[in-house]
Amino acid sequence: MAQVELSKISKNYGSQPVLQDIDLRIGDGELVVLVGPSGCGKSTLLRMICGLEDISGGELRIDGVVVNDLPPMQRGIAMVFQSYALYPHMTVRGNMAFGLKIQGAGKAERDERVVAAAKALHIDHLLDRLPRELSGGQRQRVAIGRAIVRQPRLFLFDEPLSNLDAALRVKTRIELARLHRELAATMVYVTHDQVEAMTLGDRIVVMHAGRIQQAGTPLELYEHPANRFVASFIGSPTINVVSATVLSANPRRVGLELQGGAVIDVPADGSRLQLGARVEVGIRPEHLGVVAGHGSAQLANDCRFDGEVTLVEQLGESHLIYLRLPDGVELVARSAGHTKVRIGDRIALRAEVERLYLFDGAGVACRRLASDILAAA
Amino acid sequence: MSQISTPARRAAGIGRAALVHLTLGGYSLLVLFPIVLVLLNSFKTRQGIFDDPLGLPTALTLTLSGYAKVMGDAAMGHMFLNSAIVTGVALAAILLLGAMAAWGLTEYGFRGNRLLSLFLAFGIMVPIRLGSVAILQTMVALNLVNTLTALVLVYIAQGLPLAVMILSEFMHQVPQELKDAARCDGVGEYRIFFQVVLPLIRPAIATVAVFTMVPIWNDLWFPLILAPSEETQTITLGVQQFIGQYATDWNGVLAALSLAVLPILVLYALFSRQLIRGITAGAVK
Repeated sequence: MAQVELSKISKNYGSQPVLQDIDLRIGDGELVVLVGPSGCGKSTLLRMICGLEDISGGELRIDGVVVNDLPPMQRGIAMVFQSYALYPHMTVRGNMAFGLKIQGAGKAERDERVVAAAKALHIDHLLDRLPRELSGGQRQRVAIGRAIVRQPRLFLFDEPLSNLDAALRVKTRIELARLHRELAATMVYVTHDQVEAMTLGDRIVVMHAGRIQQAGTPLELYEHPANRFVASFIGSPTINVVSATVLSANPRRVGLELQGGAVIDVPADGSRLQLGARVEVGIRPEHLGVVAGHGSAQLANDCRFDGEVTLVEQLGESHLIYLRLPDGVELVARSAGHTKVRIGDRIALRAEVERLYLFDGAGVACRRLASDILAAA
Repeated sequence: MSQISTPARRAAGIGRAALVHLTLGGYSLLVLFPIVLVLLNSFKTRQGIFDDPLGLPTALTLTLSGYAKVMGDAAMGHMFLNSAIVTGVALAAILLLGAMAAWGLTEYGFRGNRLLSLFLAFGIMVPIRLGSVAILQTMVALNLVNTLTALVLVYIAQGLPLAVMILSEFMHQVPQELKDAARCDGVGEYRIFFQVVLPLIRPAIATVAVFTMVPIWNDLWFPLILAPSEETQTITLGVQQFIGQYATDWNGVLAALSLAVLPILVLYALFSRQLIRGITAGAVK
């Protein structure tokens, strides 16, 4: 398998930069997920690794060798496309064997490798069918099979699950994870689905506006987002953001006055913050819970919000409560099980200060210092 | 509500269908009439043709003498062969070169791409016959007069622009990811063209083949000015030998014309089946 190294990779279309300063090191056997909103450049980056797009600047190394100018074939790469991109006029067997045939593998070897890959993916009974006779899930397996038979050093996946229905997507996701373990192959996987990213990735690379925002393990990204964008991209529903003013700051703790007037003390690295600066506090919906005491006086260090419920969504295993604060800010809270809260109720939500996220005026995160959270890094 | 309006709507639908069929039927009649007339009269004696040109052949007027004459004439066979060679070679070259040019123009963004496409489109707008004099001069200079090569070259020039345009349109529809997948598989550009793209645009190729083939086979102009010699006459030109200044051998003319239609009819049937199969197969998802 292979190590991939991207250093200072950039891409321009004319004078329009679409990717800038991409530095990334992908270890042997690692599954790295590139994730980001559409238009962030993740697919372009994948196509550049593959060799389908020119690299405007920087170096791409696979196993230490610069491959900027090599065609896809010589990079030892196989790619699985969103639309599967099966050759419509060839049977499943023909599709899977085509690349091998081009490489000059003999018929016996081709057959053997195709059948082995087909067995692993449970499509060995479909070998003589044409792609149009297959369901979406089966086509996806064939596309993956076509990649496997080539025994590439590096697998690239471009949103491979987004054309499947929800149930099949979950199933195929689990199978991909199994495949990754069995093959111990280096994989780069592009998706805009954060659940896919969180569950599949050894490491996740969050991209936005042509730059890498953060690269880290799923838990690192969840607990220590580098900035507000990453915090809002990872987690569902999206993290709540409330503005605040800095009352005191040191490398261990930051004292804040929240928008609603509550005064709290957050365990975070405040060494970059200045007194009186406007900052933003992030609160994940799952960290907000309903508490008694609506309308009562705010205690010290009590991150509590009073407001009116505007919407309740019962999801069965959990529920979402949408709360509008007196100043118009909307908060979302998620808790397990059912709730008796109704629309129009006036309730209070509370989060523990150890669970809060803190972003400075530029949106860059201040390091969170609660002991159990630190362990995730 | 739908119950009330259904009969009225159905009547309107029938009316519209009737109108469409009437128009198409009338047009077919108009087009088929001369062909049927040629076919009918080719089976009649000279007397029968002149006495009752529109009548069916009767026991008295039925004859195969025209066909016998044409089939018995060795020169005729040679002319058929000439037509077949010219049409076949020109068609093959147009399809191959046209498809490759279309692929080049649609797939690769090179300098002058736009200009070249425009230049080819220009060829559709300007009839090649306008250049007859220049073409004849060129052929004389190249010493190609009275050769089939001259005809083939002219027909390739005549057919290419339309072929490139139609095929480009279809190549645009081949999904990008399919070509990318092939490139990942290590397939060379020529193989992508021949083994991935061409099979997918087969219906378009059949369409182009039909549109290109018919005018070439039927052309009288260029054979007349470029290759009128006995050796190189095509069938369309050869038929003229039955038309004399004082007496025309109508049996021979009509029989030769009827026979000349046959090969093109067979080819058309073959291609159009391919065309329909291609469309119904839904090759691209």
